[in-house]
Amino acid sequence: MACAIAVLALLPIGTIVLTAIADTGALWNQILAHVLPQAAWNTTLLLLGTGIIAVAIGTGAAWLVTAYDFRGRGLVEWALLLPLAVPTYIMAYAYLDILNPLGPVQGVIRFVLGYTSPREFRLPDIRSMWGAILVFGFVLYPYVYLTVRAMFLTQAANLVEASRTLGVSRAAVFWRVALPLARPAIAVGAALALMEVLNDVGAAQFLGVRTMTASIYTTWVVRTNLPGAAQIAVAMLVIVIALILFERWARRNQRYATNAQRARAMTPQKLGPLPGLVALFFGLFPILVGFVGPALYLIVAAVKRLEFAGFSPALLRATVNTVTISAFATICVLICGFAVAYAARVRPGPLTAAFSRIATLGYAVPGTVLAIGILVPVAAFDRTLDAVWRSWTGASMGLLVLGSGTALIYAYTARFLAISAGGIEAGLSRLPLSYDHAARTLGQGPTGTLVRVHLPLSRQALIAAGLLVFVDCMKELPATLLLRPLNFESLATLLYGEAARGTYEDAALAALIIVVIGILPVVLLGRTARRAKLPN
Amino acid sequence: MTDQPAHLIVESVSRRFGNVTALDAVSMHIDRGQIACLVGHSGCGKSTLLRAIAGVEPIDGGSISIGGRTFCGPDTFVEPEHRNVGLMFQDYALFPHLTARQNIGFGLARSSRAERSARVEDIIARLGIEKLADRFPHMLSGGEQQRIALARALAPQPDVLLMDEPFSNLDRSLRETIRAETLSIVRALGITAIVVTHDPEEALAVGDVVVLMDRGRVVEAGPGETIYRAPHTPYAASFFSRINRIPARRAGGRIHSVFGSFAAPDKGSEDVKIFVRPQSFKLNGAGASAQVVRRALLGEIEELVLKVDGLDDFVVMRTSVRQSVNVGDAVLLGIEPDEVMVFPAEPEN
Repeated sequence: MACAIAVLALLPIGTIVLTAIADTGALWNQILAHVLPQAAWNTTLLLLGTGIIAVAIGTGAAWLVTAYDFRGRGLVEWALLLPLAVPTYIMAYAYLDILNPLGPVQGVIRFVLGYTSPREFRLPDIRSMWGAILVFGFVLYPYVYLTVRAMFLTQAANLVEASRTLGVSRAAVFWRVALPLARPAIAVGAALALMEVLNDVGAAQFLGVRTMTASIYTTWVVRTNLPGAAQIAVAMLVIVIALILFERWARRNQRYATNAQRARAMTPQKLGPLPGLVALFFGLFPILVGFVGPALYLIVAAVKRLEFAGFSPALLRATVNTVTISAFATICVLICGFAVAYAARVRPGPLTAAFSRIATLGYAVPGTVLAIGILVPVAAFDRTLDAVWRSWTGASMGLLVLGSGTALIYAYTARFLAISAGGIEAGLSRLPLSYDHAARTLGQGPTGTLVRVHLPLSRQALIAAGLLVFVDCMKELPATLLLRPLNFESLATLLYGEAARGTYEDAALAALIIVVIGILPVVLLGRTARRAKLPN
Repeated sequence: MTDQPAHLIVESVSRRFGNVTALDAVSMHIDRGQIACLVGHSGCGKSTLLRAIAGVEPIDGGSISIGGRTFCGPDTFVEPEHRNVGLMFQDYALFPHLTARQNIGFGLARSSRAERSARVEDIIARLGIEKLADRFPHMLSGGEQQRIALARALAPQPDVLLMDEPFSNLDRSLRETIRAETLSIVRALGITAIVVTHDPEEALAVGDVVVLMDRGRVVEAGPGETIYRAPHTPYAASFFSRINRIPARRAGGRIHSVFGSFAAPDKGSEDVKIFVRPQSFKLNGAGASAQVVRRALLGEIEELVLKVDGLDDFVVMRTSVRQSVNVGDAVLLGIEPDEVMVFPAEPEN
């Protein structure tokens, strides 16, 4: 089973490469000349800019809550994770309206400065590269914050104390010890954040930045040029692989570092009332921009909409659709994840290890790229099936896999398998092998051992993984856009459609639902992070 | 007993992990109702052998049979759940999501509900653990967990009970009591058992049969008394206690050393070593002149380190009799000829 899952996971990537090289003629030249350079340049700029902002905020915030104790630190420490609940496209959607020349922020600024019309004063347009960089940076910094904070918690104490005794001043500790120490964690967090940037299709389009992902989307949907889209996708895969290698390389260093010392958190420096306020402000700022601002905006807009039009049937349908398909996909992801993790436990060896490696590659593949890779074989399969059916019965059966949403569930599974497999593997690895042996010698076969020992004992890991996957499925936009059945709207695609049309109707409500549900895993994350801090 | 074939038969079993040979053609016969002790330093293969008998570790060659049923052979592999062996772990491996009672009943899944509860209550009563039965493993002390693990392994009435270092996680003070208690239960039930341990004293105290292993092979097997008093190999001799190796010479039906000579069968090489356990020395009779170098009180016994004239290495003696000697004193050191062992002088192993 693990083998089959690995094959299914590899299929989209193989397809993209094949589709891309199937047409190497004029098309490639055209793409190379007109689409790719611009898109690649934009993507590179966006990655660089977002990387710098996310690293600066994430690392700074992590150091702030690790090294200093101030009023409100506990709240800030947890709330810094909140932007994780806001998908990039919702962030962009919200700020488009918040920073609109006629919107609240610019209105207040004009009022304060005494201007009366947007013509006299306006902020630079957010629909630009710098706008996109800021939007991405402020919503994706938690990836860096999480990994760096974990590093500081487990590593910093001994080294910081040692450096203090060696004459490094408190202020210099950050630059001379903490920052170099955090480098691997920064790299890992930044790689994760940048993968999100690559995955994004909505925010870039709303903000008018033609990234490679957006180009794939338009090349395919607008120009119906599949090989062209696949060729850009291959170019993106190269970037993705580079990011993965970068992350792996950084992780290797991290593991080495983790082995080197025993975990102990450093004692933070207590700040007085005034410096404490300053620290609190610095801690709250990214939360305000990355979460509170958009969330407040969504609440206000949603309330207005509810008063005006109520909860529309279309929105209700989208909600039901989203929950249904996410639930199905979650079950599917959990089963596959368990199979992969379990195979690695029952038959440990290079083969099962390779399977789980391959099966979990999808997390790094942008949704758009994955969707193309799935669409090609699935559509071919559907057409064959339909032709066979028609020759038998004379009637068309339509596109079975695409039409039923199975293709979409496939895409979710391929993309989020890593989350479930990783979580379940971690859960299983805490169960000593002697449990297996005890169960076997007490008369249970492999299945009985699974049902009576492993499943009950990894229930928590399963639930946690399920929650993460469910929320991720719910938020997923790019693959959903491309693989959904006709006339199927999820909350995310509903929002996308409205934002693309410029009609701001149910979108705020849809976004609010997504964000509220998205807070659940953040709460979970905050709890596990806190538990990890305590010894045992 | 001797006319019956042995209950548990292990026949030239081998197991390799990559280049490492964990079990190298190991053979072992255990009679019904015997308690055998597998002993050796860590990494000698004793736990691997135990797991192979349980069936949770595959083997690369040889055969294993219990009560006439072959479990592992050239074309046979019986899954562990069909072997009816009980396995007890060093960490007890109690399932944390089940109460003690549910743990004990875990191996009785195929019995009817009434049968199962009767069996569980019977074993609970027999071990006197009624008070623990409804607790979860994390609420139990180490000794209590050990008893639940024993009850769980015994509940399905296994043909063989396998115990992997069952007492090594217990406090010293508790260990001997629990060991005695465990063994008396096992003996009362008449169950054939194998106990794996790295502790030589435990092996001698526990086993009807002691099987000494080294680097994947069985070095010696036999009753503890025999293996301790008359080991066939230098390895076995030195495993169970500290050994003083004294160069000696065989001539004219006697063994000659600095401590004098004693009668010995006149066979084997001329160049020999005599192995003297620390408690086989005696002070101030006949013997070699020696000087006390160090003196240490180890509780009930006393240890003396002595420099013996004519020997390069210091010798260590232990005695339970209080000696009125001080460091620096000159003494006469003799040996108990009955208790020393004679081996060829060639390098061991």
